[in-house]
Amino acid sequence: MLKENLNGKEGQIRIPSGCAIAGLFSRSGKSVSGETIVNAMTVMHDRSNGLGGGFAGYGIYPQYKDLYALHVFYNNVSAKEECEKYIDKAFEVINLSRIPIRKTPRITDEPLIWRYFVAPHHNKLMDSQLDEDEYVVRAVIRINTSFDGSYVFSSGKNMGSFKAVGFPEDVGTFYRLDEYEGYCWTGHGRYPTNTPGWWGGAHPFSMLDYSIVHNGEISSYDANRRFIEMYGYKCTLLTDTEVITYIVDFLTRKQALTLTEVADIIAAPFWSTIESKPPKERERLTYLRNAFSSLLITGPFSILLGFSGGMMALNDRLKLRSMVVAEKGDMVYAASEEAAIRMMEPELDRIWSPMGGEPVIVTLEGGAEQCR
Amino acid sequence: MKRVYVNEKWCLGCRLCEYNCAFANTGERNMALALRNLEISPRIRIEEGSDICFAVSCRHCEEPLCVKGCITGALSIEDGIIMVDEDKCVSCYTCILSCPYGAVSPSEHGAVQKCELCVKNRSGAPACVAGCPNGAIVYEER
Amino acid sequence: MPVDFMYPEYEIARNDSRCIRCRVCERQCANEVHSYEESGNFMLSDESKCVNCHRCVSLCPTRALKIVKSDHCFKENANWNQAAIKEIYKQSGSGGVLLSSMGNPERYPVYWDKMLINASQVTNPSIDPLREPMETKVFLGKKPERIERGPDGSLRNNLTPQLELAMPVMFSAMSYGSISYNAHESLARASRELGIFYNTGEGGLHEDFYQYGENTIVQVASGRFGVHREYLEAGAAIEIKMGQGAKPGIGGHLPGEKIVGDISKTRMIPEGSDAISPAPHHDIYSIEDLRQLVFSLKEATQYKKPVIVKVAAVHNIAAIASGIARSGADIIAIDGFRGGTGAAPTRIRDNVGIPIELALASVDARLRDEGIRNNVSLVAGGSIRNSADVVKAIALGADAVYIATGALLALGCHLCRSCQSGKCNWGIATQRPELVKRLNPDMGFRRLVNLLTAWNHEIKELMGGMGINSIEALKGNRLMLRGTGLNENELGILGISHAGE
Ligand code: SF4
Ligand code: SF4
Ligand code: SF4
Ligand code: SF4
Repeated sequence: MLKENLNGKEGQIRIPSGCAIAGLFSRSGKSVSGETIVNAMTVMHDRSNGLGGGFAGYGIYPQYKDLYALHVFYNNVSAKEECEKYIDKAFEVINLSRIPIRKTPRITDEPLIWRYFVAPHHNKLMDSQLDEDEYVVRAVIRINTSFDGSYVFSSGKNMGSFKAVGFPEDVGTFYRLDEYEGYCWTGHGRYPTNTPGWWGGAHPFSMLDYSIVHNGEISSYDANRRFIEMYGYKCTLLTDTEVITYIVDFLTRKQALTLTEVADIIAAPFWSTIESKPPKERERLTYLRNAFSSLLITGPFSILLGFSGGMMALNDRLKLRSMVVAEKGDMVYAASEEAAIRMMEPELDRIWSPMGGEPVIVTLEGGAEQCR
Repeated sequence: MKRVYVNEKWCLGCRLCEYNCAFANTGERNMALALRNLEISPRIRIEEGSDICFAVSCRHCEEPLCVKGCITGALSIEDGIIMVDEDKCVSCYTCILSCPYGAVSPSEHGAVQKCELCVKNRSGAPACVAGCPNGAIVYEER
Repeated sequence: MPVDFMYPEYEIARNDSRCIRCRVCERQCANEVHSYEESGNFMLSDESKCVNCHRCVSLCPTRALKIVKSDHCFKENANWNQAAIKEIYKQSGSGGVLLSSMGNPERYPVYWDKMLINASQVTNPSIDPLREPMETKVFLGKKPERIERGPDGSLRNNLTPQLELAMPVMFSAMSYGSISYNAHESLARASRELGIFYNTGEGGLHEDFYQYGENTIVQVASGRFGVHREYLEAGAAIEIKMGQGAKPGIGGHLPGEKIVGDISKTRMIPEGSDAISPAPHHDIYSIEDLRQLVFSLKEATQYKKPVIVKVAAVHNIAAIASGIARSGADIIAIDGFRGGTGAAPTRIRDNVGIPIELALASVDARLRDEGIRNNVSLVAGGSIRNSADVVKAIALGADAVYIATGALLALGCHLCRSCQSGKCNWGIATQRPELVKRLNPDMGFRRLVNLLTAWNHEIKELMGGMGINSIEALKGNRLMLRGTGLNENELGILGISHAGE
């Protein structure tokens, strides 16, 4: 089911949801099978209710690593034809195929799911006077807002999101994630409080190579949304994940802030904490909190942000949602529950609960591919 | 010791203090019942000039002339407060003459009366201060 | 002429079985309503002079007094109501413009009362402000478009001057002259204690109050009264007053009787001369002129102070605000049609302007549509009556609010709406020394601090209920509001859904 037959569901009203998240990251860039993250999600089955699950993998398309991988849901063949005309106009398509799936009785009503490896048309890109990323962002927003029955749910380089309506472990099976390998994986199981009929509403939400899985319900939603929409973003899904992704994209890509600075904005320390810092740090934190005050996120959240070459785990400033992080050798794990981490790696070197608002940022040794 | 102090800058001359004083010392529960048709004789008095007014009541002096002058020992200092013992007072009015502030006055029942900081009546603390609408008299340690 | 006779609007109800003839009422009524009749030992009253200010009622020690609305009436007429008839008599007798004060009292919708606030249940925890930090600090001023870094990569503080408020409420402009010295002192001291700001209005700044400069907004209005270099430099911010909600489109008039002593000195005009502020600024006939004034004021103060432009909420307020947001101003203050005044022509007060709720919502939406909301902060005023109004205003998109009538009420004002008479029995809107004295600033300032401290607690409670622990996450968060009994159009302008949706 896609946008036009939502009948007042996702994208028209806001649906709060609880969730499970998990992530793994290899600092040395070692390839890990998608099966590992699927297993981690399996043990947190009770945190989802079968109404949405998804994964993001990084380093999974080494053969096309310089191309944007567009993952698209189509409602029907005519929507696909319509949208492909646009894709052809905007991009050079190097490769296209259906995304391979494994039928399972627990996942039904699937849309047409296609994948395109593309590069912006050189001339069009020049004419647009945009940088490559911004060009892709605009094309994706265009498809998602004005092409009925088409929805781009992944658009980064050498990464991909896979999501569906179902329990996360079934979604993993469905997308045959055991056949992919990457240095970073994140997973999500959703517990929405009413029935979203729509695949696009599952997590991760991604934009270029950013993907976000999130557990929580942010109370600052409309303040954040109305602010970020001033900068060309359109929040069509009305989900927290969508707005958080746009905020991260805006702050890192458009404002060139570092991830630590992003954390200092979206999960800003309390004024009382800021007051207690040495003068320089106090000024820096006050500046960020004041200059980007509308991007402070309140209410419970724990998020895993994946990006090329790195991953960030972050909790809201009161730590109203659970999240544990652990290390073993070059591997870093994060999850809503310790059990999920133990599932991925029973013997850990270190395991801890990061403080509210304190980001855990890991990057590939030798730096992230895109160090932002 | 806590005393009643005057901020003449804020005194409105409304005279509520006089009525609150009079009422507090009647021992009645209702002001209307207590003071209707009564010419009050309060222990605090408003002095009024052209554009100034202020309340005057006993200062509870550390070396009180009234106590010194009292011929029967009717006036005494108790915890810093100058008190009247009505039974001992013979109405000679020496104290009225000796108080430089005019804070002692004759009462209806013969003996003298003066501000005793409401310690003997139900109010317990100066009623004039409690009822002053503008903070023109205060009861505090200085 | 007998036509002119009007039966008094109020009657003095004195309970003679309680009256102790203390004559407090007589001493306290500057309108000379009460008098004592020695021969018969009773109190008289001339109710025709009563303005229903409750001073006597509040001070009568035996609760012997109340003021009641006279039941004397005209023949029922829903069209030609009592007020309409009386105004005709008044004007046909005097030939003059009717004057009133305080805000528009007529029966227009109060949108605050048609909006309800959200709270968290189950999916999202509410936050207990007694146990968790709950933040209400806001900064007012333009936000940078892009960040800048120094050579070492560290962030450069490229913020233009900002106002830091410990809570999102400020006292709006009331001039020294329209209100008393003691009222000003109360506001100034309360602002300092609360970490917020008060506003001089267009009457200049009394030299005694320069010490509160860090908590003062100095106003520059069309009459330019009291404006000089030290004045501009004394405040934390400068406000250009283009308009006032109570009387959009017209200027001000402080009668010569009030221009006495320090007031004439502070306003820099001769004693006894009328202080007339022209309707427009005669150097501002268009938006580009405003820009010039904004920048001359900034130039005069070395770009160290934010500039506020205050406008009345009128029909095309969104477009006006959009122009101001591009004029270099740092903050826009919008004053709704219920905003108060010391004196205004009744017809203007009661018929001109629009509600602040609608003005604020449409301005905030327009500035966001144009992508310039970050250029300015928005301050909403014009009848914010309680902490729920504050929360609703912020959820609609305000950065902070201005209060004035509420502050005066805290100081004792009983909204008798006769400020124009200069005989305020509560010592607020008067310059008569014996009346001014009735407001002891030690008490007044404490009451203002109490009021806003209480509001701040309530704001925190409401925020906690919504699961929001910092006021910035409430700003423009319209999802937290729902309308009741509003039509599609109203909901659309307010940008909120109906309750139940
Ligand atoms: S009650 Fe207070 S203000 Fe009134 S006369 Fe007495 S001292 Fe003055
Ligand atoms: S009555 Fe007069 S002399 Fe005696 S203590 Fe009081 S003020 Fe002093
Ligand atoms: S004007 Fe005020 S003080 Fe005078 S009688 Fe009326 S209510 Fe009382
Ligand atoms: S204030 Fe009250 S008790 Fe006193 S004279 Fe007036 S009505 Fe009577």
